[in-house]
Amino acid sequence: MRKPFRLQKRDDSPVSLRIVICVCSVLLALVFCGILILAMGNNPVAAYARLFRGAFGSGTRLGTTAAKAIPLMLCGLCVAVAFKMRLMTIGAEGQMTLGCLAASGVALFSHIPGPMMLVVMMLAGFAAGGVWALISVLPKVYLGVSEVIVTLLLNYVAMLFSDYFVYGPWRDPKGDNMPFSAPFADNARLPKLFGSEVHLGIVIAIVAALILWFIFKKTVWGYEIRVIGESPKAARYAGMNIRRNMLLTMLISGGLAGLAGACEVSGTVGILKSGISNDSGYTAIIIAYLSKFNPLVVLLVSFLFGGLQAGGYSMQLVGLPVQIVTMLQGSILLFVLGGEFLTRYKIVPNRAGKEAAVHVGE
Amino acid sequence: MKEPILEMRHISKAFPGVKANDDVNFAIYPGEIHALLGENGAGKSTLMNILTGIYKPDSGEILYKGERCALKGPKSAVHLGIGMVHQHFRLVEPLTVSENVYLGSKECRSILNLEEMHRRVAACSDKFGLEVDPRAKIWQLSIGEQQRVEIIKLLFRGAELLILDEPTAVLTPQESHSLFTTLRKMADANKAIVFISHKMYEVMTYSDRVTVLRDGRSVDTLLRSETDEAFLTKRMVGRELGEIKLNEKTVRGGAVLQMNGVCADSDKGLPALCGLDLQVCSGEILGIAGVAGNGQKELAEAIVGLRKKTGGTVTLAGEDITAESPERIKMRGVAFVPEDRLGMGLVPNLNAVENIMLRDCENGKFSRRGLVLGRRAAERTRELVEQYGIKCAGLGRPVKLMSGGNQQKLLLAREISGTPRLLITSYPVRGLDIGATNAVHSILEEQRDSGVAVLLISEDLEELFAISDRVAVLFKGQITGVVERKNFSYDEVGYLMVGSNSGKKVNADA
Amino acid sequence: MSASELVSFLSSAIIASMPILLAAVGEVFDQRGGVMNLGLEGVMLMGAVSGYVAVVKTGSLTVAVLCAVGAGLLMGLLFSFLVVTLQADQTVCGLSITLFGTGLSGYIGKSVSGVASSLVFKPVSIPLLSKIPVLGPVLFHQDVMVYFMYVLVFASWFYIYKTKGGLILRSLGENPSTADVLGISVVNLRYLYTCLGSVLAALGGAYLTLAYTPLWADKMTSGKGWIALALVIFSMWNPLLVAVGAFLFGGINVLALRMQVAGAAVPSQFLNMLPYLCTILVLIFATGNFRGRRKSLAPKALGQPYDRESR
Repeated sequence: MRKPFRLQKRDDSPVSLRIVICVCSVLLALVFCGILILAMGNNPVAAYARLFRGAFGSGTRLGTTAAKAIPLMLCGLCVAVAFKMRLMTIGAEGQMTLGCLAASGVALFSHIPGPMMLVVMMLAGFAAGGVWALISVLPKVYLGVSEVIVTLLLNYVAMLFSDYFVYGPWRDPKGDNMPFSAPFADNARLPKLFGSEVHLGIVIAIVAALILWFIFKKTVWGYEIRVIGESPKAARYAGMNIRRNMLLTMLISGGLAGLAGACEVSGTVGILKSGISNDSGYTAIIIAYLSKFNPLVVLLVSFLFGGLQAGGYSMQLVGLPVQIVTMLQGSILLFVLGGEFLTRYKIVPNRAGKEAAVHVGE
Repeated sequence: MKEPILEMRHISKAFPGVKANDDVNFAIYPGEIHALLGENGAGKSTLMNILTGIYKPDSGEILYKGERCALKGPKSAVHLGIGMVHQHFRLVEPLTVSENVYLGSKECRSILNLEEMHRRVAACSDKFGLEVDPRAKIWQLSIGEQQRVEIIKLLFRGAELLILDEPTAVLTPQESHSLFTTLRKMADANKAIVFISHKMYEVMTYSDRVTVLRDGRSVDTLLRSETDEAFLTKRMVGRELGEIKLNEKTVRGGAVLQMNGVCADSDKGLPALCGLDLQVCSGEILGIAGVAGNGQKELAEAIVGLRKKTGGTVTLAGEDITAESPERIKMRGVAFVPEDRLGMGLVPNLNAVENIMLRDCENGKFSRRGLVLGRRAAERTRELVEQYGIKCAGLGRPVKLMSGGNQQKLLLAREISGTPRLLITSYPVRGLDIGATNAVHSILEEQRDSGVAVLLISEDLEELFAISDRVAVLFKGQITGVVERKNFSYDEVGYLMVGSNSGKKVNADA
Repeated sequence: MSASELVSFLSSAIIASMPILLAAVGEVFDQRGGVMNLGLEGVMLMGAVSGYVAVVKTGSLTVAVLCAVGAGLLMGLLFSFLVVTLQADQTVCGLSITLFGTGLSGYIGKSVSGVASSLVFKPVSIPLLSKIPVLGPVLFHQDVMVYFMYVLVFASWFYIYKTKGGLILRSLGENPSTADVLGISVVNLRYLYTCLGSVLAALGGAYLTLAYTPLWADKMTSGKGWIALALVIFSMWNPLLVAVGAFLFGGINVLALRMQVAGAAVPSQFLNMLPYLCTILVLIFATGNFRGRRKSLAPKALGQPYDRESR
């Protein structure tokens, strides 16, 4: 029985097509979730409207959106750098957690005066995340072990490690036995900007994105990353040191996630507690994927996702569950992934008489 | 007079652009070992794929045991009792031999009785002297043993006609001999065996009858006892050579590349180059002729430093480069256009400028202090594109969109732009049309004229005869002979390519 | 530790091991077929919430189990469609399923959060066997789901290693083109095993709300899905070892909990790290390219979409 249509591999997928498919996928995701919301007895249009207003409805709200976007931006950059080299790291969550921990350690126990405190905290966060990422990629570099599972598992080790301090030695003695650390001193807090929620971390994120964009576009190292990610064989023949590049890239990648942690604990939270990362590391993967690993687009998409999160809290205030946001994020990526299929294959009518060569023989 | 178990009459099969089989007649009798001989591209694999139901012939008929049959697919071929052992085995590594044999077989019951399976597989293998431990896991077996498992799979399903595609390509000489002993036993048990080969020694030693294919036609079917190597070679390659213009202009200089006794292993760990001696001089194109699989890939990689040498020396203009890294060898003026154009040579998703930069990204030609000199690279790319007439949709578009010919020109342009002393190209015009082929050949000749030593590896004798100054023949990892342009003949080179010992062996002077 | 304390501890360990055990056995089928489902966390949550909502609304445990199965099936079909038919990247797809499942389950669960259910799977003693000292009450005084698990583990092991279907499954994950040439439908089978994996994961999640802690809380699996993945590797894709590993991981969890309550010297967090660290070591051991090593133990085609044209 011959099917009326068959699939044909595309030679090329122009950018315009990809954008169209991406946008359509997002819209379909909205419709799909809208149906689910309807099935649950809520009004999808009202929900989306509330979501949008909560994210972008006013200056203050924009500030909250931007604040929520900061860890997503930095983690998104972390994932983008790694994935560009085909290093599928899921470890941003753990790296960010350790960044929080390191920065908190500096804030709580070093008595550095003035603005130097923040600088050291940021450096500590970067270093912690970077080292952790480096450790997680060693089995891949030297033994070819898949980095996907290792980075994932190390997330839990990192979070448990941080929990130890939160529940144990760093617990605030004046805190009624709650699992929090003592609050940070003023000079250990990233200052807020424009009188809203957003803090200096946004500048750090934007600068990081610009630096990364510059590296990818203009430096030899960025060029090497792209070549290694696209074709390790060609890279090897061109004499590129793949091993060293893997290690360096993961160091930077983890460093960025660690920086996210340092910014978040210093700018938003102000104390060390459990769960500061709040799944940013996982959301970042979606963001990086949707941004096609372009640092500047990561900023934009992170902002939108930050909006989703801010809008989610606003929805909660009128009784709509915040879980709608997570559901929406998940479905957007599902639809985009599904839509990608159409960028690789065309649907063509099946002409009679054509035989597909099953074997590539001579 | 015995009836043939299988007859293929007037079989034709065409693919876009090439007629793979053209009115082929082929018959095989039970109890015989029949060799199918032919160069690359002669149509052997296509014919066998038709026989095993993978392709359907455009015209012609197939008679099995005298009855016309239409093979609807691989399963019907198996059903009839036709089985093939491919060059790449289809075995599941962590499973045992018995499990592999039973996989997909009708005998396989829902609940496996491993002991019974082992017993029956052992019985089958003992019957034909195919020694293999049914309990062994595939990954523990040697290649020769794995091949035996493939054969047992066929016998287990009741195959009456077995086809083996280049079976000795991956075997040691002892394993080859043992294989053919087994095949003889199977023939004596009235099975029909067909093996595809290009090795004259095998054909003349082990087969009962030989069919020669050339350019898609079945040229001859003979009893082996009634023919000899010389005749078969002539039938296999037999063409009239066109006029060979001698190259008056270029003066051949001294040796640029010298290889002495070089040994190297293939990816599977078997020896691929065995004591190879070769010399390429400046101002000449040295062609390497030979059937694929005799060490061509390993030869090229050994020279440019991508493959470790287990013995011998490689010198470039007098300096020993045997143990040097690919980057250093590149810096010494060696250019390489690999056969894997889009895998190793170019990065398909990057654009033309980025691909041009690939060769020099480490040595600072297009970079300064870590920053890419984009403009310089783009200018250079534009120059090269103009110089060589490369057509591309735009310097910023990925190279995978370019035609094969233009990709190859780009690759050559990049490699040559470093003014190398030695240029190695593997199968440079594979998959290219006439126009692109001529363009690439002109570039190679230009290089030769300007004094570069060019090493051209190809399986197309016509191409080699057209532009080479000398042709060396690679057979089983060694150079079996070198022929000067003035002595070019298909017979001569043909003999050497199939490992014939008859015929004159001419060595050019240094 | 007295005998009764030991019995109590071992018993709890078995119960604690159930969710990850069920999910991991399902994932073993998945991965042996060549598909890696990182969405287990989301599927488990969907199973948990479906079962719970069903039991609160209908008061029937049977219906609840069926609902969980249904949820698992739907999630499985979604994932298979994306990964097998559309050949999307398995890692990213799995993560989105986790996210989607987490969100949707939280949404659905809003209607029952805070609502207590008194209907749980209660332990049922098997006569005679439960009288065996120590082991009797530990193994044979459990609820029906646990008994199902015993059967499941053994049946899975038997299926994979001793039946024709298992033989085909194993070849699917190693060398799908071999199976394809033999006329076996790679696509259909991958759908089947992926959905089976999802259904078992959903059951694992349902066990949480129907037997372990009869209430619903947002994201209540808190990482069990990831542990199940770790368990699959730790047990080297062997269902019997999955049971052993789950028991170990479950035991460590119970131990850590008790130690925390008792205010012990070693912080519970380090104890809880052990399963993850051990799994990493096992992964390195099982799949690393050591010098002279013959073969990685992971199914060779794991994680790669099967594209017939590239055969």
